[in-house]
Amino acid sequence: MSGFSRTPDGVGSSSVARRAVGRNVLRKEGHEKVTGLARYIDDIRFDNVLYVRTVRSTVPAGEIQDIRYNFDQSGFTVVNHRDIPGRNIVALIDEDQPSLAATSVRHVAEPILLLAHPDRTRLTAADVAITYRETTPNYDAERSDLTFKSIAIDKGRLDRGLAEADVIVEGEYRAGHQEQLYIEPNGVVAVPENGGVTLYGSLQCPYYVHRALTVLLGLPAEKVRVVQTETGGGFGGKEEYPSVIAGHAALVAMKSGRPAKLIYDRVEDMLATTKRHPAVVRHRTGVKKDGRLTAMDIDVVLDGGAYATLSAVVLSRGMIHAAGPYRCDHIRARGRTTMTNTPPNGAFRGFGAPQTQFAVEAHMDVIADRLGIDPLRLRERNALRPGDTTATGQKVGKDCSALQVLREAGRRTAFSKKRKMLKGSNRGIGLSLFFHGSGFTGGGEVKLASKASLALTERGVQIRVGSTEIGQGTRTMHAQIVADTLGLPYDQVEVSVADTATVPDSGPTVASRTCMIVGRLLERCAEEMRARLGRLTPAAYWKKHGDVVVTKQYEKPPGLEWDDETYRGDAYGSYGWACDVVEVEVDPVTYQATPVAFTTVHEIGRAIHPMLATGQIEGGSSQGLGYALLEEVVMRGGKMANAQLTNYIIPTTLDTPPMTIGILENPYKYGPFGAKGVGEMPIDGPAPAVVNALRHAGVVVSEIPATPEKIMKAMGRSG
Amino acid sequence: MRLVVNRKTVTVKAHPLTRLLDVLREDFGLTGTKEGCGEGECGACTVLVDGQPVNSCLVPVAQVQGTRITTIEGLSGKHPLQRAFVEHGGAQCGICTPGMIMAAAALGPRPSLDEIRTGLAGNLCRCTGYAAIYRSVQRAGKR
Amino acid sequence: MQGTVAGRDLLQPRSVGDAVKMLRDEGPLVPMAGCTDLYVALNFGTLRPTRFLNLWHLDQLRGIEARGKTLRIGALATYTDIITSGVIRRRLPMLAAAAREVGGVQIQNRGTIGGNVANASPAGDTLPVLLAADAVVVLRSAAGTRRVPMTSFYTGYRQTVARPDELIVGFEVPAVRGRQWFRKVGTRAAQAIAKIVVAGVWDAQPRLAMGSVAPTPLRLLQTEQALGNGTSLEEAHQILQREIAPIDDFRSTAEYRRQVAANLLGQFYGARGT
Repeated sequence: MSGFSRTPDGVGSSSVARRAVGRNVLRKEGHEKVTGLARYIDDIRFDNVLYVRTVRSTVPAGEIQDIRYNFDQSGFTVVNHRDIPGRNIVALIDEDQPSLAATSVRHVAEPILLLAHPDRTRLTAADVAITYRETTPNYDAERSDLTFKSIAIDKGRLDRGLAEADVIVEGEYRAGHQEQLYIEPNGVVAVPENGGVTLYGSLQCPYYVHRALTVLLGLPAEKVRVVQTETGGGFGGKEEYPSVIAGHAALVAMKSGRPAKLIYDRVEDMLATTKRHPAVVRHRTGVKKDGRLTAMDIDVVLDGGAYATLSAVVLSRGMIHAAGPYRCDHIRARGRTTMTNTPPNGAFRGFGAPQTQFAVEAHMDVIADRLGIDPLRLRERNALRPGDTTATGQKVGKDCSALQVLREAGRRTAFSKKRKMLKGSNRGIGLSLFFHGSGFTGGGEVKLASKASLALTERGVQIRVGSTEIGQGTRTMHAQIVADTLGLPYDQVEVSVADTATVPDSGPTVASRTCMIVGRLLERCAEEMRARLGRLTPAAYWKKHGDVVVTKQYEKPPGLEWDDETYRGDAYGSYGWACDVVEVEVDPVTYQATPVAFTTVHEIGRAIHPMLATGQIEGGSSQGLGYALLEEVVMRGGKMANAQLTNYIIPTTLDTPPMTIGILENPYKYGPFGAKGVGEMPIDGPAPAVVNALRHAGVVVSEIPATPEKIMKAMGRSG
Repeated sequence: MRLVVNRKTVTVKAHPLTRLLDVLREDFGLTGTKEGCGEGECGACTVLVDGQPVNSCLVPVAQVQGTRITTIEGLSGKHPLQRAFVEHGGAQCGICTPGMIMAAAALGPRPSLDEIRTGLAGNLCRCTGYAAIYRSVQRAGKR
Repeated sequence: MQGTVAGRDLLQPRSVGDAVKMLRDEGPLVPMAGCTDLYVALNFGTLRPTRFLNLWHLDQLRGIEARGKTLRIGALATYTDIITSGVIRRRLPMLAAAAREVGGVQIQNRGTIGGNVANASPAGDTLPVLLAADAVVVLRSAAGTRRVPMTSFYTGYRQTVARPDELIVGFEVPAVRGRQWFRKVGTRAAQAIAKIVVAGVWDAQPRLAMGSVAPTPLRLLQTEQALGNGTSLEEAHQILQREIAPIDDFRSTAEYRRQVAANLLGQFYGARGT
């Protein structure tokens, strides 16, 4: 199954016999998770606690006119924007989002006030009446008059490419919101102490929250402490959003002098927190009769919701992946992300790439149809090969596996043969070829300047990173890397709690960087510690020298060049490559499409922990199938109308097909043990593979989710 | 009100309409059982009442008087399902895991794949895509 | 959780006789069975009633038995009871089919058929089955027992003929001859609200009922009459479209429901020979 793995040489390798890397060692916190001992934020008891409730806008746009407190306020702590000691912003990239609305609101569910009380019954019963002078909301991202960010990517000359084409194929593709649906909702507890605040919570990025709190509360860095508690899923939904909820709890804690507990229930979480950006993507593509791409003209609009949050970066990744894993000399890509009066959208696994790769991969099958070429052959003809350049002009190296994953997936599923066999039936088979860059784009990792530390104390060796465990296996995978590099048994490597008081800023746990970037930092820490230990065991060394802490900071691999102005150059240090094949059955009575078989081949550099890597692929693919078929956010009047699990549906056991996962290894020179990233790529592929399978079955849809109602329309049936 | 929780007889003083979930978590400190939705959709609150899986977020404690409740804490820690979920990747973020294990515990010995999928259809997992959960339940059955 | 229990009362009758006296003398009281609907409302903070009557321990209301030609199902029979009942499997398999599609096993272990009927949702999974089977709803009050045909039980959206002092104690289903047919079209494969749900019987006179196509679950008297008269499927379709009145909601569209209803009619029609 490991198609062409090579042992990495030079940087990143270790001369120590491998004892943990590549094996399915036991998850570090596995025992706690299966016994109920793992403590999530709502499980931890705090004394003297106040429960917090957020009072939110019920209109999509308008001025706040009047606020009436129709309840006995004794015992209540009430917080509004005037209580903010620092700056009333959620510090992230832009400074447009207030923590609490002051005079106007831009979206339904925008936070206006906080109420807190030790008695939850009184808290729930407190009636606050707010009147607004409403203004006209805009829900159309393409008609918005506020653009958060625009990006232009140019390669070659589009007009030349179009002139060379035999055929020009156009298409328009739409994807809706998607809710991350971590099974543990957002929640935090803020404890006022030491003249500042300690914030405990379910979150992916302790240092994002730390910075947001220092700005909101006007406190110096050392007065704010953020501690990540065991987190029940994130998927990006706890990347930037926790800065909002943490800010609220902290404001209450500071004003009241008591711990403030703010846990959302599912409905509030769905109504108020960030979702995947909806997208409209248009393609105009020049192709030769033999299928070669000569020109790609791509237009992308992402609906950012009311405030910018991370929209600029989502757009960035989306644009860089918009032309797919293909070689084409002439590309023009234009993208913008705009404001609508809906709750702000934000990070969700894939981060722009699922949207744009859905479009390009669905479009490739339109092209295949038009030219009468097998979709696999069309992709074979155009897939990037080592030495080719991407849309931003990045030359891909030997770690480009586009052809290998495509051919392997095609072989395993007998794709071309199946295509012929199923033709004319109510089953279809479709594929998608996709890629995903690991780490922050361009100069992003340099700007982050992430650090990782390895400590040797009386207790032994301890990893100290700001990276978080959110289910993907961070603690386990980091410990494997350190154990093997140090030459220690895996069980002897401990991982610190992600507490800003004790761990350095390793950057956020996002962007498929936790292994490739932070794992590499730890590898370097361990190499240095190994050198220092010499022949001594950690215990013997400690006895002699006392505590040791080794810290390493990000170093850009040589040869990476990126220009943020022109959006040209090496967008990512490395890319993963993958191919999904889905078989779908359409029920002619109900128009429901059921995925009946799913096969994928993923090239991820090196599988540090094959089972964990498989888990990421299976889980991300399942989310991708939900994105394709089931998960629809229904917006009415700028508000999510189906904000309950009964009505926003994710796949159950019975909705998920059998999955066959293949992992190829093709080491990345600067990744730990050759590893790239794997967390996000799996979600990029299923939606277009499903849509392409539907097309094969005679159902043409260009919008996801491909609900039965849409399929019915596509089949030309209306009541 | 008296009931048996994890083989211990306990007295409940909470309001009779209090959700069983809250009695377990707040009155008895058994925080292993989780609240994921409050609608009976996610199954994270699954416990066994006289051996039957139920969503404890939808059960008034008055209705389980005199019954035997089993929560995740009532398993030994070395139950085959618990070991299998660790060894075979059935638990990633872990929030669905207690409810999932309790529902799986009610499946009986050596369930078929179909029985597992049907028996766990009321437990949502967002991390695993369920595949590793099936493997974990099947391997546990082989012990 | 948005709701609170403080300030609400729970009365605990020791028998059915007790229960109906309480309904008469200490009302208004909302009967409480498996709570799989009631407690969702409590959790969402939309449960307005404050006084409840706990039925869960009244074993008199459980039980599924055949009494000669009649099948008697206690109101407190859970979906699990129905699924595992040999009597149901032999006499009313379409009810077991419906029960299997209600939520996951956790809901099946607690939800009751009485609760499904009392909740009166137009999307209730067992309701078309009871309608197509010509079931009779047995109601008890302190004044005595009343029997109402299921086909007369619903009068409007979530409205029934049951009086506030009456309790649904069970259902009586006359023997069903002929092939039974059930299909639910949900939003996904498991744990789904019905977008449309159909039950039918190919007796000497066919019987057909549908949910989620009107404010109440519907017995399609005109459509089934047409089928019984040997009308063409084409014509039966037209009669069906006049009989149902589906709406757009955030789960689905009227257009989809109409088309799928027509397709399901076609499937039901196709099952007539067997």
